Amino acid sequence: MVDLEKQYDVLVVGGGNAALCAAIAARRDGASVLVLEGAPKFYRGGNTRHTRNIRCAHDAATETLTGPYSEEELFDDLLRVTGGKTDEPLAKHMIRESKEVLVWLQEQGVRYQRSLGGTLTLGRTNAFFLGGGRAMLNALYDTAEELGIDILYDAPATAVTIENGMFLSATVTHESKPHQVRARTLVAAAGGFESNIEWLKEYWGDAAENFLIRGTPYNRGSVLKMLHNAGVQETGDPTQCHAVAIDARAPKYDGGIITRLDCVVFGVVVNKHAQRFYDEGEDIWPKRYAIWGRLVAQQPDQIAYIIFDASSLRLFMPSLFPPITAGSIRDLAGKLGLDADALEKTIGDFNAGVRPGTFNHADLDDCRTEGVTPPKTHWARRIEQAPFYAYPVRPGITFTYLGVRVNLESRMLMADGKPAANMFAAGEIMAGNVLTKGYAAGIGMMIGSVSGRIAGRGAAKNARN
Amino acid sequence: MRAIDMHTTMAHPTRALAEADRLMVICNSCRYCEGLCAVFPAMERRNLFKDGDLNFLANLCHGCGACYADCQFSPPHEFDVNVPRTLARVRGESYQTYAWPGALSGLFARNGLAISLIAAFSVAAFLLGFFIWADPSVLTGTHVGPGAFYRLMPHNVMALLFGGVFVYAILALTMSMRAFWRDIAGNTPAGGIGAFLQAVKDAGSLRYLDGGGAGCMNDDDKPTDRRKHYHHATFYGFLLCLASTTVATLYHYFLGREAPYPWWDLPVVFGTLGGIGLIVGPVGLLVAKFKRAPELLDETKSGMDVAFIVMLLLTSVTGLALLVLRATPAMGVLLAVHLGVVFALFLTMPYGKFVHGLFRFLALVQHARESRGDH
Ligand SMILES: Cc1cc2nc3c(=O)[nH]c(=O)nc-3n(C[C@H](O)[C@H](O)[C@H](O)COP(=O)(O)OP(=O)(O)OC[C@H]3O[C@@H](n4cnc5c(N)ncnc54)[C@H](O)[C@@H]3O)c2cc1C
Ligand code: SF4
Ligand code: SF4
Repeated sequence: MVDLEKQYDVLVVGGGNAALCAAIAARRDGASVLVLEGAPKFYRGGNTRHTRNIRCAHDAATETLTGPYSEEELFDDLLRVTGGKTDEPLAKHMIRESKEVLVWLQEQGVRYQRSLGGTLTLGRTNAFFLGGGRAMLNALYDTAEELGIDILYDAPATAVTIENGMFLSATVTHESKPHQVRARTLVAAAGGFESNIEWLKEYWGDAAENFLIRGTPYNRGSVLKMLHNAGVQETGDPTQCHAVAIDARAPKYDGGIITRLDCVVFGVVVNKHAQRFYDEGEDIWPKRYAIWGRLVAQQPDQIAYIIFDASSLRLFMPSLFPPITAGSIRDLAGKLGLDADALEKTIGDFNAGVRPGTFNHADLDDCRTEGVTPPKTHWARRIEQAPFYAYPVRPGITFTYLGVRVNLESRMLMADGKPAANMFAAGEIMAGNVLTKGYAAGIGMMIGSVSGRIAGRGAAKNARN
Repeated sequence: MRAIDMHTTMAHPTRALAEADRLMVICNSCRYCEGLCAVFPAMERRNLFKDGDLNFLANLCHGCGACYADCQFSPPHEFDVNVPRTLARVRGESYQTYAWPGALSGLFARNGLAISLIAAFSVAAFLLGFFIWADPSVLTGTHVGPGAFYRLMPHNVMALLFGGVFVYAILALTMSMRAFWRDIAGNTPAGGIGAFLQAVKDAGSLRYLDGGGAGCMNDDDKPTDRRKHYHHATFYGFLLCLASTTVATLYHYFLGREAPYPWWDLPVVFGTLGGIGLIVGPVGLLVAKFKRAPELLDETKSGMDVAFIVMLLLTSVTGLALLVLRATPAMGVLLAVHLGVVFALFLTMPYGKFVHGLFRFLALVQHARESRGDH
């Protein structure tokens, strides 16, 4: 039974991967633990619900991973995506721990599967959750319950009392009533602020009104803000977020993975004035995947249209909504509400610039344009075979990078540089320490599990002293 | 846009089929469940979901419920994804769609249990009448030794009656399997004996009733294997009873040995073991069904499911009662009731839940054939 009067050893705020790993690790080390999940039970687990895989280092192939992936290689991948901007000692520490976490998660009931269709490129580096992120969460919750961890749903933390870097209590709103919860230590694992449009507008202006949030509506960054206000050091660039181009018809929140579109390379992308604005053939997935969200965000009204023809229709993963279809470019423009002359000209100019080459969508091929601005440097093929197709796209925000600064123990650092007395952070709320920009599939879950486990152990130890 | 307005790949005659198409589009864009069972890999091989494709996928689904508990889009999410229930509905409809003759199918779908029971009791009453008409004293007397049953009804009459209904059931089942197979097999190149054996193995072990290894979801979202065990008891119990009858028939015609047989003889041993399986299994399945999370069930079909399970249960209960009490005056009545139940079981077989085993098997064969193309 949840007893809000009692003083717990460890209070975990949040209910996703990071929170549950922290709670389980702390409990296994003997601490009494309360988990406050802001969302209702069905939506428990924030963005973790939408995940599919985790990227951890491992020395050898396993039943589910096709080959070894060394610490060095993972670190290099991290350096590559962040352009070298990472807290190196922390990153290396976490990567070392990631090796254990792969097995530790299995011990907590999480199951992996072999990567199958469409995802083979990640089969060596990433472990795929059997049944996806919600299955992973269900396993962690089951284990947490068996271990006697108290869990309260529909229970957002709405305030914290912190004195000189010392956490005293949190206010939780449950069944419309505020309660004071005391605990010896705090683990903050409440995700980023990606679903807080007002906050996003501080950096993106009104453009943020047109952003779609791919994951949970419950990650509003309230805990992050409370901690900053209480003197915890910030980390990460507030303007950075992981944004991809997703189907503009997706719901505002929680559309998840099925609204992604990865067909940019097969055609051209135009804005609402029917003009192209970026080299669609610049790079292979996943790099191009992660830049198109920002690119569309910079276009008028934050809308763009991927346009391709019949020759490409079956070349990419299906997605939730069907493409908009027309027999001619002119009709397509009509259906999209674009200027027909402008679109015909854009497509005509593009087609005229396409040079002959050998198309190979798995690699940087030699199909490119000449004399067109912007150029399309790979996979350029004429768009000429009816029917013609279009997907409207908008920026889809996956998560934000602004967070709280932590040390190797995942203990928060105060503005004056001193470690907090009894406060730890895990997951997205501290991911900005190592992931300053860019993204590599599976790294979010690695950071969450590893930092969660470190924070949980640290909090349990802290509570004993 | 609301979930319900979303995309299907083509038009379908029923709501269940349209909903299944809508879900397959969603799942095909997601694929998180692809490690759970055969349905998802089979779905990924398709872009368009014709009625036959959906009937195939529905019969490939074992209803373990794993993909419901694991789905980030299950209700109350606006995408409203409930694969187990939707496929259960399509599966239920598919038994009717392919039933032979088609005219009878709807009848059983609506009131399966009632019809089965009425059939059983009418036949039992008819048999009782027959016994009494033939010789009232025979019914109340005590009969022992070889040929005891046939003092109530000549073997040939019994064989004609039951052979007739048996042949009818086989014919109707064959016809509906043929129609189903034509619809699902398409132009897949033949997989040969390998595909067939793979399917025998998958069906025999209920390979896909385990949620990809986590076990089947029952009354809540905590997986266990209970349904699998009860199903095994039912299925193998049924096979043993069939074996018992077959051996007895062979004894009768080729060895000239007449029933009832001593307790140690094959027909009795098979029948007893099978009968026990057919009590434990169906009772377990019925209990599991009532305890099961309602959101996983296709409530419109539960009448049919229940009818088949109840008829199996009655077959074994009456059969075992007959075995125990065959040397008492109750034998006559029990024999009539048992035979009535068996008769009704065979008569209703082609239109009810029994078909699921055959369709599932064919779906597994087709899946095995298609999988060969994957490697
Ligand atoms: C569509 C999608 C797909 C993704 N796929 C992958 C993938 O395959 N691999 C990968 O590594 N990463 C993936 N990510 C990123 C990944 O989801 C995150 O990195 C990861 O979930 C972060 O874990 P977390 O526990 O820190 O946060 P979350 O899982 O988001 O959990 C935050 C929790 O805090 C709760 N909360 C928020 N505010 C409060 C409050 N005030 N009080 C109490 N509780 C609160 C929320 O309800 C939630 O339970 C994906 C993200 C999205 C959106
Ligand atoms: S059931 Fe849900 S999680 Fe599974 S594949 Fe379908 S949409 Fe994805
Ligand atoms: S067998 Fe289980 S996992 Fe597969 S579709 Fe059916 S209910 Fe879902």
